[in-house]
Amino acid sequence: MSGYVAGILAVLAINLLLAYAVFLPAAAGMINLGAAGFMAIGAYVSAYLDVEYGLALPLCLLAGAVVSMVMGCLVAIPLLRTKGVYMVLATLAFGEIVSGALINMEAVGGAAGYPVTTFIDMPVIVAMAVCGLLLVVYLLSTRFGLAMRSIHDDEQATALFGINVRRVKVMAFTIGAGFAGVAGALYGHHYNYIEVANFNLMLSTYTLLYVLIGGTQTAFGPLVGAAIFSLMPEMLRGSEHWRFVIFAVLIIATMALRPEGVVTRHGLARLFGRRKVEG
Amino acid sequence: MLLEVNDLDLRYGRTHAVAGVSLKVQEGEIVAVLGANGAGKSSLLKAVLGTVKPAGGSIRFSGADITTSPVPHRIRNGLVLVPEGRRILVSMTIHENLLLGAGLREDRTTLPREIDAIYDRFSNLAARRDMPAAVLSGGEQQMLAIGRAMLAKPRLMMLDEPSLGLSPLLVDRVFSLLHELNTNGMSLLLVEQNTRKTLELASRGYVLELGRMVMAGPADALLADEGLQRAYLGAG
Repeated sequence: MSGYVAGILAVLAINLLLAYAVFLPAAAGMINLGAAGFMAIGAYVSAYLDVEYGLALPLCLLAGAVVSMVMGCLVAIPLLRTKGVYMVLATLAFGEIVSGALINMEAVGGAAGYPVTTFIDMPVIVAMAVCGLLLVVYLLSTRFGLAMRSIHDDEQATALFGINVRRVKVMAFTIGAGFAGVAGALYGHHYNYIEVANFNLMLSTYTLLYVLIGGTQTAFGPLVGAAIFSLMPEMLRGSEHWRFVIFAVLIIATMALRPEGVVTRHGLARLFGRRKVEG
Repeated sequence: MLLEVNDLDLRYGRTHAVAGVSLKVQEGEIVAVLGANGAGKSSLLKAVLGTVKPAGGSIRFSGADITTSPVPHRIRNGLVLVPEGRRILVSMTIHENLLLGAGLREDRTTLPREIDAIYDRFSNLAARRDMPAAVLSGGEQQMLAIGRAMLAKPRLMMLDEPSLGLSPLLVDRVFSLLHELNTNGMSLLLVEQNTRKTLELASRGYVLELGRMVMAGPADALLADEGLQRAYLGAG
């Protein structure tokens, strides 16, 4: 495998893990425009433990995920009071606060960035992403997954089944934050260098976009979305100036023509013929 | 006594939705709550399920005070609500809608058999079990909503206007289903505007007006009542 392909696969795998930080809340009817903030938390926590204490890598990754999840939980609770555009703004603000805090934190290099000691190679990252995908597939098949999707459809009706809507939403957001934390940690150890600018609002925006375009109904939507977003800029590299234009047109076209996303549950069922659709 | 509501007060802000309402349902009974729009019927059911907190009064279910119990606790104890407008989850499949009804049940060993029984009963649902529930007609959605509630294994099923928006033929089907459920031992608390049909099915009835209980009694007595006939049955 060429270094070029390996590089793209690593990007794709990290983007996929990050996508679930948007996907899981979205599946429960929430919007997270602060995914990059959680990613930054995971990246810096893992890098710091690695550089300063030489902690074993799995522990660094775990710590990155856990701290990100704790932050996710703390953000999700007040977020329950917000809806629609206010939720978007609140999560956006969170991402900006993380950036602002990190850039002033001298212990992790501040604006100069932070070199990370231990390297993680592409196969490990891809393996983690596959595990992440399987975990989300499993989560969606549980009663918790059913509850998330039910909340997405009709929050008040879901409460009538005795489902604790608030708890499910906080959990979806928190687990999502954990995914972003792992994505960030892997990012840091793969490139051996992180700076605040890696985790900017643009990344959060793109992640939200590609999750919505991939589709929020199944765990495979973010995979397709992440693949489109990771590969498309590469495929369009030939036309240097036009590629962003083409990219933008594709995004708008998808949203206009297929607002439910590229991958739908019904589409998957038809594709694999698992479930016969009877008239 | 299965359900005992005593002197219940419900308020939304400063408006009184329900004031001083008392009501009883005995084991095996069908009890009707009648009244015009805005009489407080839906609020009453929501308070019994626990999604609306009472400002005063008490609610007892099979002997225990549940006035402040959380919703899941009440559902586990055998209360269930089929909400007004059915509230089917339209993007989820019919099968998933049914599974959600059983969501809180701890005993799940017989669940597959019970779901099969529901499919046997409603062949329209069985044929489309893996399609989004949005494909169902209003009557089919009502059957799904009732089927979903049955899977919670309730002792008291509360229904909020199950005949709303259905053709007369489908209304008959819904009411005969309710009759059958009752024959099999389930108690029912039925909120309706379809007064005559409801009183023909129920054993007792209550009439709410602007949040207050104005009449109560055996169903046949209410059916014969002249005032009620003028107000709700379009007679005389």
